Amino acid sequence: MAEHYKPVKYKAWEMTLKERFQEFYPPLSEREAITEANRCLYCYDAPCLTACPTHIDIPTFIKKIATGNVKGSAKTILESNLMGATCARVCPVQELCEGACVLNDEHKPIAIGRLQRYATDYAIQRDFKFFKKGKPNGKKVAVIGAGPAGLSCAGELAKQGFDVTCYEKKPLAGGLDTYGIVVFREPIEVSLREVKMIEDLGVNIKTNVEIGKDIKLEELVDQYDAVFISIGLGAVPQMEIPGENIPGVLDGLEFIEETKTMPLDQIKFGKRVAVIGAGNTAIDAATISRRLGAERVMMVYRRSEAEMPAYHFEYEFALGEGVSFMFLTQPIAVIGDKQVEGLKCVRMDLGEPDASGRRAPVPIPNSEFVIDCDMVIKAIGQKKYTGFMDALAKLGIGSVKGYIKIDLKTNRTDHPKIFAGGDCVRSQGEASTVMAVQDGKIAAQAITAQLVGEAAKKQPVSASVR
Amino acid sequence: MANLEIDFCGIKSPNPFWLASAPPSNSAYQVQKAFEQGWGGAVWKTIGAPVLNVCNRYGTIDYKGSKIIGLNNVELISDRPLEVNLKEIAETKRNFPNHAVIASVMVESTKQAWQDIVKRVEETGADGFELNFGCPHGMSERGMGAAMGQVPEYTCMVTEWVMDVATKPVIVKLTPNVTDIVQPARAAVKGRASAVSLINTINSIIGVDLDTFEIRPNVGGKGGHGGYAGPAVKPIALHLLSAVASDPEIQKAKMPISGMGGVETWRDALEFILLGATSVQVCTAVMHYGFRIVEDMIDGLSNWMDERGYTSIDQLIGKSVHRISSFGDFDLGFQTVARVDPAKCIQCNLCFIACNDAAHQCIDMKDLKFKGEPNERPYPVVREEDCVGCDLCSTVCPVDDCISMVEINTGRPHITWNELVKTKPEVLEWDSMEEYRKHAKIHIH
Repeated sequence: MAEHYKPVKYKAWEMTLKERFQEFYPPLSEREAITEANRCLYCYDAPCLTACPTHIDIPTFIKKIATGNVKGSAKTILESNLMGATCARVCPVQELCEGACVLNDEHKPIAIGRLQRYATDYAIQRDFKFFKKGKPNGKKVAVIGAGPAGLSCAGELAKQGFDVTCYEKKPLAGGLDTYGIVVFREPIEVSLREVKMIEDLGVNIKTNVEIGKDIKLEELVDQYDAVFISIGLGAVPQMEIPGENIPGVLDGLEFIEETKTMPLDQIKFGKRVAVIGAGNTAIDAATISRRLGAERVMMVYRRSEAEMPAYHFEYEFALGEGVSFMFLTQPIAVIGDKQVEGLKCVRMDLGEPDASGRRAPVPIPNSEFVIDCDMVIKAIGQKKYTGFMDALAKLGIGSVKGYIKIDLKTNRTDHPKIFAGGDCVRSQGEASTVMAVQDGKIAAQAITAQLVGEAAKKQPVSASVR
Repeated sequence: MANLEIDFCGIKSPNPFWLASAPPSNSAYQVQKAFEQGWGGAVWKTIGAPVLNVCNRYGTIDYKGSKIIGLNNVELISDRPLEVNLKEIAETKRNFPNHAVIASVMVESTKQAWQDIVKRVEETGADGFELNFGCPHGMSERGMGAAMGQVPEYTCMVTEWVMDVATKPVIVKLTPNVTDIVQPARAAVKGRASAVSLINTINSIIGVDLDTFEIRPNVGGKGGHGGYAGPAVKPIALHLLSAVASDPEIQKAKMPISGMGGVETWRDALEFILLGATSVQVCTAVMHYGFRIVEDMIDGLSNWMDERGYTSIDQLIGKSVHRISSFGDFDLGFQTVARVDPAKCIQCNLCFIACNDAAHQCIDMKDLKFKGEPNERPYPVVREEDCVGCDLCSTVCPVDDCISMVEINTGRPHITWNELVKTKPEVLEWDSMEEYRKHAKIHIH
């Protein structure tokens, strides 16, 4: 955690359950925000702007906080990224904008994420409406999946005058922003406000509708001028180890979803929890378990600390939460009868690099041991929707490693009317909200160019070149 | 969105933000780039007499980690050939017919020279003139710039020369380096000027290098006074603007004013407008950050206007001028006292030490048992009956809204000093003053 963040002191025994699930970072006060904003150099051709996948004009929005034009600041953010309030909370800022800040070397970077949250919260609290539905252009677009990529695409298209319908199979729109981000990073209300903003632009969001089940994909392709696919990824896959179906073995994403949709005191958690995996979802599952009240939480990962996919700040966060890590440990069986009683593992060593370029974990013979636990949470990635991929293949759409194949400049698939974005196309690079939002934007621009002609692009103020 | 257009004695501008006559308005490249980014107008860097420049030209004051709260310079008027400037002014006006392009001029003090330059500038199609009677360095030693503006008779004379031949509006730019700025402003009225602008830069030495004992900016081991500008001069500029804007003679002439001096943000600009400026000129902030700052100036001002229901700049010009008063007309019965909110107090005790050492010793450190913790540190508490309402404590307090100045009713008569000395001239003697204080319940401890 960067030192300029001021986390609340976490002493679980001094906090109620509700307090433990409050947003971890408190909002900046006006004075804090202005002081931090004035620290920004207002660089020209700023690297933070380039590092942001959605190219938010960061120096300009920060300058506007400094001058007291917070409304204008929020507009500057949302002009580039309709999900600015979510990204302010969940973006790996150390890897992106803050990591690129020129003050990193001599000083400490500007707290860009928290300033972005300050400005977007200000706008949400005052219910500012910055954008209007564009003059109808007579074209219809269907969006499949109302996560950040779908909402971003839908919103940008609505601004251009498209008639957009968004199909979502879950009861609530927002995708992982709504269901998949731990509540102390982002309360569900923030995502639902963003959904509302997109609906206010005239986008028709139909929830509880699954394409391929309730409506055929082909029907959408026939009825609409373009289709944007942003279906994300599916559930956590099987580990293919014995005992995997014993009660007490959970899917990490479903576990996170419970904290967003259920009363906290009704969520079941183990006293001793083993979390399998070391990505950001695994960290979330582990820290949630701790905050719910688990006495001991162990993260079990077959590779070493150096290979773990979680962001470093997430790793540090988990350590601060009292989560312990068991690296070079491979689960081989869940033990128990009617209920999980333990996780049988084998010790690993690192061998030669594998296909991913990382050193491959190799089991150490006769090193099996059992971790005592009453709950196992799997967070080892997400399955691809193979059925949907088959349907796409019938339309002539290719794939890369099980992800939808797209042209990176337009996010168009092999089918001229079908575009895609978000986690379902992320065959390379990090899956994240901000990348999904940018996919939606790129596709919206390409759809606009394809169906009605090039839309005017706004030059960032802090990097306008004559 | 609010309409930001202005009409400055016939010069139309899409917004009140103009580049001041200075390095940022030195060329067609710069001015046209500025217009593209949103600036409403520009006063071209002064053209006229031939000059040679020196290096270094700028010195700055940084304050506690903030760069450039003040900047001075010894740069002269444009050192580019007159022909080039005239050609570029014409080109710029041609390319941007709806923006304000104003030529700042300065020549030697002869009627012939002034009338010649005016005629030549008129051929460019520029919207008007600004007469540079303010440059405080280099030119003043040659009998130009501030040497004109510091003598009201000269100001009037040259303005008349110009007005005799000019067909476009003429703005007289005033120097702050005078005892009473109203005098040269009235001279501009007398000389039939169309408008005034203020302030030019202030005489200054920016500093001394403690290692070499050289003056900053250092020109080959020497240094001299230069024109001071930037955020630090804003209060001086606001005062001089308000003095001109509230002068009855200027008001009678209905002369628009272009305000400048330390404007960096839309908030600064708005203060100038409220104190009587129709257009606002900017230089130092552009020298620090570039032309792009105008986007927030426009956006911030129009958001502020929208939120408060203002639809045009006209509704704001001079709205605070009637509040400019003088000490003799202040209400002696208006009493405030400081109150510290212990819930917000962080116990830095800066208010206590400021009051105790530099004001009226009316803050006590008290054990409030506010948090009920053992070894709780004492809190500053104002002894209201002794508080004179000076406001020092609240200005040093680092916490927003922690110390508030609260108006209280003391039962004292609401009378001004001017009224008092008129009705009771005897208070000008100490004995009678003491008696009056006793009678009026004014307690000085």
